Amino acid sequence: MNTLALSPPRPRASLVPKLLIGLAVVLTALLVIAPLTYIFYRALSEGWAVYAKNITDPQTLHAIWLTALVALIVVPVNMAFGIAAAWAVAKHRFPGRGLLVTLIEIPFSISPIIAGICYLLLYGRQGLLGPFLLEHDLKIMFALPGIVLVTMFVTAPFVAREVLPLMQAQGTEQEEAAVTLGASGWQIFRRVTLPNIKWALLYGAVLCSARAVGEFGGVSVVSGNVRGQTNTLPLQVELLFNDLNVVGAFAAASTLTLIALVALVVKSLLEVRGKG
Amino acid sequence: MTDVAAPIRRKRVLPGFTLSLGTTLLYLTLIILIPVLALVLKGAEIGPERFLRIITSPRTLAALKITVTAAAVATLFNALYGLLMAWVLVRYEFPGKRLLDALMDIPFALPTAVAGLALTALFSANGWFGSVLESAGISVVYTIWGIIIAMTFTSIPFVVRTVQPVLEDLDPTLEQAAVTLGARPWTIFTRIVFPAILPAFLAGSTIAFARSLGEFGAVVFIAGNKPNETEIASLLAFIRLEEYDYAGAAAIALVLLIMALTLLLISNLIQIWSARHREPR
Repeated sequence: MNTLALSPPRPRASLVPKLLIGLAVVLTALLVIAPLTYIFYRALSEGWAVYAKNITDPQTLHAIWLTALVALIVVPVNMAFGIAAAWAVAKHRFPGRGLLVTLIEIPFSISPIIAGICYLLLYGRQGLLGPFLLEHDLKIMFALPGIVLVTMFVTAPFVAREVLPLMQAQGTEQEEAAVTLGASGWQIFRRVTLPNIKWALLYGAVLCSARAVGEFGGVSVVSGNVRGQTNTLPLQVELLFNDLNVVGAFAAASTLTLIALVALVVKSLLEVRGKG
Repeated sequence: MTDVAAPIRRKRVLPGFTLSLGTTLLYLTLIILIPVLALVLKGAEIGPERFLRIITSPRTLAALKITVTAAAVATLFNALYGLLMAWVLVRYEFPGKRLLDALMDIPFALPTAVAGLALTALFSANGWFGSVLESAGISVVYTIWGIIIAMTFTSIPFVVRTVQPVLEDLDPTLEQAAVTLGARPWTIFTRIVFPAILPAFLAGSTIAFARSLGEFGAVVFIAGNKPNETEIASLLAFIRLEEYDYAGAAAIALVLLIMALTLLLISNLIQIWSARHREPR
């Protein structure tokens, strides 16, 4: 043994990776896997019949419908915004581009509940536009428009952040070639740019949908929590929990969890596609 | 200005500049800037004296202290856990590695209300963890530990996901050279690997801290929300709104906004600083 004086002591070195991997697995099991499995465990704890009854509760069904509606409005708008922002920043040079990118990322660092408060201070009855809205009988807060607007705020960076770096990396040569061949702006976008960014665009849309569906803090400020009217699914979870209907809350939560898991699977499939 | 600065080298070739920039600016203004401006204006309306009075009231101070303390502990844990996960996921091969990697995205994908519900039930007296902890005399739900756990869960991915790519790109020749010079693994880690990943590590931790300060959904379920004990700042702002005390809500929200933007600035400065010091590839 002592003849191998130059090589470092082996047995200790091989033990460290095993310890670290073990620690990582145990901590992740406690922190991530346990809460995840617990959701389904509790949702199904009183059997499938109770689960089905909880899911088909009219208020929960309405919450599912409202949440889907919000996502259906927010995600396409954010895709359009993301493409526009990426096209402006990646394909053109102008002063203040860095500032623009920072502005787009602002919602990431602002707590959703602060976003909700911002909107209430703007459109609420005591807000800056409150008197004007009241005069014209426009209802934004505690109604669908408010929920949609806050969700747009919270999810604004999601598509842009995925599409922008890709467009930047791809440069402008292909589009410039298309211009010299006489293509119109719309043709360039549809035939050259869009095929190049489609996976990133979809990826961003998936992340944006998942976030839009799960938004809680901001929406809870502006929704007013009217049962069966302005209650989105995450708010319904809280409502059922406060009603001490824990199994019902877990049933609603399991729907959201399934959406999140599907989004993650689609996301990893898109990652593989994007690389290939 | 631009026409003078770059007249010959680059004329705008691609169409759609005005349209795309116009759309972007319009959307940003309507959706982000004007609402944030509304908060700032409402905050300014309060006046400095009243603003200070709101912020330094015992209940607000207690809420801010609880929020910052819990966020700091959660960030400290996640910094270490994130570093461990990034290291294990990049440096070792083992069965189930891809699943472990995918699991790191769960806290982002899972709605915070769902996380809050699951953690609360898990740690309450009849839950899987709670029943064990209660028999040891430790209660988590409705204490600051609950807040810490909720904040920890929701900010798990930040450190892992910022450190991971940097660790992957690290030049292996440096470490190989150190091995040939007889350096021990710990020396290699502290002298070569850690300095290289430090900027990403700090930036990720800063963002995790910012996220924890603003976390609401997960915390309100588990915290119990007792004033002066387990009431976080964003919840207090929410309560003020429900009491129609818009000035109180605006003042607290403004403090949280300033903290968030300061942390964003710090994180960006760390990244700019590290980009300058990184060798060109």
